[in-house]
Amino acid sequence: MNELEFPFAGQCLCALPSGALWWPDENLLCVSDLHLGKSERVARRGGPSLPPYDSRETLDRLKDDLAHTNAKTVVCLGDSFDDLEAARALPKSEMLRIATLQSGRQWIWIEGNHDPGPIELGGTHLFEWHRGPLVFRHIAQDPARGEVSGHYHPKVRVRVKGRHISRPAFLLNDHRLILPAYGTFTGGLRSTDNVLSALMGSQAMAILTGPHPHLMPMPR
Amino acid sequence: MTQIPARIAAWFSTKGWSIHPHQQEMFDRACSPATLLIAPTGGGKTMAGFLPSLAELADAGHNGLHTIYVSPLKALAADIKRNLRTPVDEIGLPVRIEDRTGDTSATQKKRQRADPPHILLTTPESLALLTSYEDAPRMFEGVQRIIVDEIHALAESKRGDQLMLALARLQHLNPDLRRVGLSATVEDPAAVARFLTRHPDPCQIVQADPGPDPDIRMLETSQMPPWSGGGAAYAIPTVLEQIKHHKTTLIFHNTRAQAEIFFHNLWLANDDGLPIGIHHGSLDRQQRERVEAAMVRGDLRAIVCTGSLDLGIDWGDVDLVIQIGAPKNVKRLVQRIGRANHRYNAPSKALLVPANRFEVVECVAALEAAKAHELDGEPRGRGPRDVLCQHILIAACAGPFNADDLYAEMTSAGPYAQLKRAEFDACLNFCATGGYALQAYDRWQRLQQRTDGQWQLRDPRAASRIRMNLGTIQDTDTLKVRLKRNRGGKPLGEVEEAFAASLTPGDTFLIGGQIVRYEGLREMVVEVSRRADRKPKIATFSGTKFATSTQLSDRILRMFAQTDWPQLPPHTAEWLDLQRQMSRLPQRDRLLIESFPSDGREHLCVYGFAGRNAQQTLGLLLTKRMEETGLAPLGFVATDYATLIWGLDAVTDPRPLLQPDALRDGLDTWLAGNAVMKRTFRASATIAGLIERNMAGQRKSGRQATFSSDILYDTLLKYDPDHLLMQITREEAMRGLVDFGRIETMLARIGDRIDLVRLERVSPLSAPLFLEVGKVPVKGSAEERLLAEESARLLQEAGLEQL
Repeated sequence: MNELEFPFAGQCLCALPSGALWWPDENLLCVSDLHLGKSERVARRGGPSLPPYDSRETLDRLKDDLAHTNAKTVVCLGDSFDDLEAARALPKSEMLRIATLQSGRQWIWIEGNHDPGPIELGGTHLFEWHRGPLVFRHIAQDPARGEVSGHYHPKVRVRVKGRHISRPAFLLNDHRLILPAYGTFTGGLRSTDNVLSALMGSQAMAILTGPHPHLMPMPR
Repeated sequence: MTQIPARIAAWFSTKGWSIHPHQQEMFDRACSPATLLIAPTGGGKTMAGFLPSLAELADAGHNGLHTIYVSPLKALAADIKRNLRTPVDEIGLPVRIEDRTGDTSATQKKRQRADPPHILLTTPESLALLTSYEDAPRMFEGVQRIIVDEIHALAESKRGDQLMLALARLQHLNPDLRRVGLSATVEDPAAVARFLTRHPDPCQIVQADPGPDPDIRMLETSQMPPWSGGGAAYAIPTVLEQIKHHKTTLIFHNTRAQAEIFFHNLWLANDDGLPIGIHHGSLDRQQRERVEAAMVRGDLRAIVCTGSLDLGIDWGDVDLVIQIGAPKNVKRLVQRIGRANHRYNAPSKALLVPANRFEVVECVAALEAAKAHELDGEPRGRGPRDVLCQHILIAACAGPFNADDLYAEMTSAGPYAQLKRAEFDACLNFCATGGYALQAYDRWQRLQQRTDGQWQLRDPRAASRIRMNLGTIQDTDTLKVRLKRNRGGKPLGEVEEAFAASLTPGDTFLIGGQIVRYEGLREMVVEVSRRADRKPKIATFSGTKFATSTQLSDRILRMFAQTDWPQLPPHTAEWLDLQRQMSRLPQRDRLLIESFPSDGREHLCVYGFAGRNAQQTLGLLLTKRMEETGLAPLGFVATDYATLIWGLDAVTDPRPLLQPDALRDGLDTWLAGNAVMKRTFRASATIAGLIERNMAGQRKSGRQATFSSDILYDTLLKYDPDHLLMQITREEAMRGLVDFGRIETMLARIGDRIDLVRLERVSPLSAPLFLEVGKVPVKGSAEERLLAEESARLLQEAGLEQL
């Protein structure tokens, strides 16, 4: 797999092509904004009926990343479910998939704004979680130090030789790392957006996801 | 009945008219179950169709509906009503004539169902809708004749398939119903006859005297046409001269955007202030109607138009037709030319204006084909199953049905005569459950089987939704354009949503011949203000892009084989000669491929002459194969005659790329994620009732609708790839937009005769392709390579390359 290693808070981390974060020294895989059950929630709210296969697809990707890294700890950085109702309405088959992925692993569910509160699935539910010099939470906070968060679904658009290429991306500076959304059918916020520019500051870098993750200064 | 009633004959004499031989022949054959009349415009075609009806109704013995007249245009139905009213009143026939289209008021429609007129003038959609009501058997009781006007146009689209299914239903209610088709000149009358008749009834074909040959020429201009583009601005002064020398000129364009630009330029040069109008499908209805009325009054000297004026209405004194841009298809050219001079037995006059250098060749080829009476056309495929699904639902709206009976009824429609029972059952199953992957959803469970075996709607309330989604015409996602005013200004027309999305406030574009400034989007309406000073950004509402017909392409290739080209203007002949010296000219039984560097990239130009859609598909398939073999393609562009591909590496051996088997394999996987397929799926899924059209009052934005249909497509592809709708989509794509059939024919014809010519720079024939719009980017390894380069460059720039 074409992962990209980068230093952060004195640790060696890896950006995986899928948008997952891999911390080899701790055997830890972190994913953000899975938004499981999105199609179900959209349909429930009277939107277009999307066939309910998006959750399966997201979980399949997670399964591949777990098989590749053999992680012992998994951190889901919040908004793992599109809402609490969606978590409850997840089909049996998907519940079973999650349980299979969880077996033999420490599993941390960080609370997100879409899924505040516990859900009836194994694993630990926390608002935030510390491990070594890193802190895992859903939404970035100030001041940050070794902070790993999600929430914004960042993406980066670059213009190369007359064409625009847009990819979900990791954003990072010395103290803060924001993960791209991992779920299927999740939109994105450009790194040039004021919120992200302010949050990341002028020295920020971006890692574009895709077959080969690419590092570059974050477009502002 | 062989005698035309005396008072009708007398009326003809008082007008100083005689009955044309083909009108008499149609009258003599009035008892045949099906008759097809082929006659040029102005040949009294409509009267030929109605004469038997008027004669049968003359003795006032008939109660209720006697004749249904169907035309593809609402306006045509209204026009025929006026034209029929005059003789009926003057002869004093006791005949009630009414029209029924989307524009008819609800009260009027309701009354018509309770108390139908003798003659009903309608459209395929309105007729299909009528068959969906429970009282259809009563309303249609005793119908004797059905007249299908402009059947050649209907036979080219799904509207025709829909109409034939509706006719099958009518015939089921009235077994003695007689069918009449009225057609312009077509290349294969027997095919249209098979389409019209109840299978397997025979259909008589009556050919009217085609009249004298038209007078077609190339417009001679002092300026040379440009290398590329469709504007034909160079011809404006000469076209204006022609307008001055004629009473009324129709100026046809292939796309709406081209019509707008041309109209704009025509006005800028119109120093004498000649009254000139514009007419196309994106204009607001009121505006179109105003132009039509002015035209009928004879107030206009010229109308710049598109296919929206291809059909029907008698426009009075048109004495010249100008075709701007290559006609793409000889049959359409001949039909358009027929619009000039509606007087029978006078030659129509037409001028062809190529918009660019290559079109000079195509126009000359089309002109030669028209003179030789060689019409072109693709054979009609079998009836599409999405329309069949819609009609199963329509049948269910009218009441419970027996599957065996419905199958028998539907296979009596010409387009569905070959439909297998298993295919019908699959459609029925889809209507009943939505198909395997979707059966979890209630909304797609629409039919249920009763204990007596009959099928019915699961929820009778579904009928109104099914009726609202009826029809096969696809609205592209368009937004209304209005002048910005306090309470909403004047409507100007419509633009495609994708175009609207590309606008930022302050941008200018052309609509209805005026330049407007984009102010903003409010409640799905594009608000604009008038601006006369700026150069407009071009409106890209596309209209239809037709592919050049196979027959016309062949003629062009035959022309290339000549040693010199006396029939071409010198500038074009010199261009072809230069190509022959620098590279080669494409030949009919070989495939020419040029390879050359330009602007830091490698280029490959494949002269397949397979038509725009097929060349587009070839581009997609070749770039996919190049991607697989590591040739890093970046993008391509296609025209009717060639595909130009650019990338990071040069292709040294194109043969492996063009293996038919490999291409076909590629097609299957490629078809998967392709936008054309998604668009095709969306159209079929809407017709088949899987996706609903935008409902009144809760209009989704087009993009939202596209989003959900794309997701449905992706899902079915992954989890139920053999879903009926996926089968239909693949079938559709093979003709229409994907047109893989023409690639296969081309590959079979050339065999292994592939010539790769390596050049140091762009060849004369490929040069215009660089100026073509509609470039398609390829996302793949080249993109990764570019990103890697860019990332390295940016990091170095920032002094971070050590990271």
